[in-house]
Amino acid sequence: MRRIWAAAALLGVAVMVCGAEVNQDWLKRVPAQVRAQVNPYRGQQRDIAAGARMYADYCARCHGADLQGTRGKPSLRSEVVQQATDGELFWLLKNGDLRHGMPSWSSLPEAERWQILAFVKSAQQPQRADASKR
Amino acid sequence: MRICLRGLALLAVTLVLPELGHRVQAQEPPYFVTYSHAMEEPGNLEVEFKGTQASPSGTHAFGGATVEYEYGAKAWWTTELYLSGETTPRESTVFTGFRWENRFRPLMEEHRVNPVLYVEYEDVNTADRSFLEVVGNDGVGDLQAPVREARADVEREMEMKLILSSNARGWNFSENFMMEKNMMGGDPWEFGYALGASRPLTLRAGARECVLCRERFAAGAEMYGGLGTTASFGLKDTSHYVAPTLAYDAPRGTRFTFSPGFGLNGNSMGVLYRVGVQYEFQQFFSRFHRGEVR
Repeated sequence: MRRIWAAAALLGVAVMVCGAEVNQDWLKRVPAQVRAQVNPYRGQQRDIAAGARMYADYCARCHGADLQGTRGKPSLRSEVVQQATDGELFWLLKNGDLRHGMPSWSSLPEAERWQILAFVKSAQQPQRADASKR
Repeated sequence: MRICLRGLALLAVTLVLPELGHRVQAQEPPYFVTYSHAMEEPGNLEVEFKGTQASPSGTHAFGGATVEYEYGAKAWWTTELYLSGETTPRESTVFTGFRWENRFRPLMEEHRVNPVLYVEYEDVNTADRSFLEVVGNDGVGDLQAPVREARADVEREMEMKLILSSNARGWNFSENFMMEKNMMGGDPWEFGYALGASRPLTLRAGARECVLCRERFAAGAEMYGGLGTTASFGLKDTSHYVAPTLAYDAPRGTRFTFSPGFGLNGNSMGVLYRVGVQYEFQQFFSRFHRGEVR
């Protein structure tokens, strides 16, 4: 009986240690070949509309319907996200940033992840245009 | 009678809550026994009703019901509470116990094979018919005892699983290896396995909302069974099932899952039917923050 509890405690400690790795910026972890990937659905209205539906289902509660973020959850209109390449955002959606609360969405089919990003990038564009006018 | 009322209240809460919450489709594969590496999103609470029904030969038919509360504590840590009950016609309906499980993702990025560590404490009696796992020498012979006797036989068990899971080209492949130990008495460790493969019926979403289109369905199959104990490791006197599964994500976000499990040997039940109704509340506790109630 004691051995079982000891084994369970050991397992718990091991998990905590594994989970407490050094904090790193997720952008630095994106492999170069993934960084260069281009969204195959970029600018395609059908896929942007599909991405908008999925964004509302999966992402809006944290990142806001207007992409501005909610209660401590990051805005998708931030400079980092706006300047990130398609490949970098695709990598983030697939892997998440588990230490900082962003879940992995690898269970979604690859095409649907690209569709979500097609929507996010298209939704950013009006703000980009506004920013360039200033 | 009091236990019956509690069960009904739990069921009512499970069915009524979806009408109050934000609606979202789940991204989990349609498994009942097998775990993948899909974790609950942090802050989300998923409530699921899981029902079982079977009419094994030589004993009474039964129905099992489990209500599951799954919470994403961290993106890498999911914790779940299960409350289970059982009903046997012409005998009784009883609360059979609870389980508390925790799943941890030790690796912070996606890999070809993704491990998840699983630890569970369960306090259930042997009248339990939830069949959330099949281990050791579990078999149809365990179902012979009358409910009034079985409910007095309480097992307090520690269960551990190694979950390995991969996503590729829309498919999910998961392999679970489990070991379980009754901490009351000198029972040996029991072993079991579960394997699963599943895929959504389409990999690219459509532009418009739809009700019965392929993107709302996922299909797959599971195979699970016991692998004996430390005293008798192997397939002798074990039971095994193969079970196709089908999930449907309803337009307002509730997921319905159905799976008939077919026994593969004489120690297994002929057919074990499973149904699941699942709903997820996004950012559950933020609803109670000032100015955030929606």
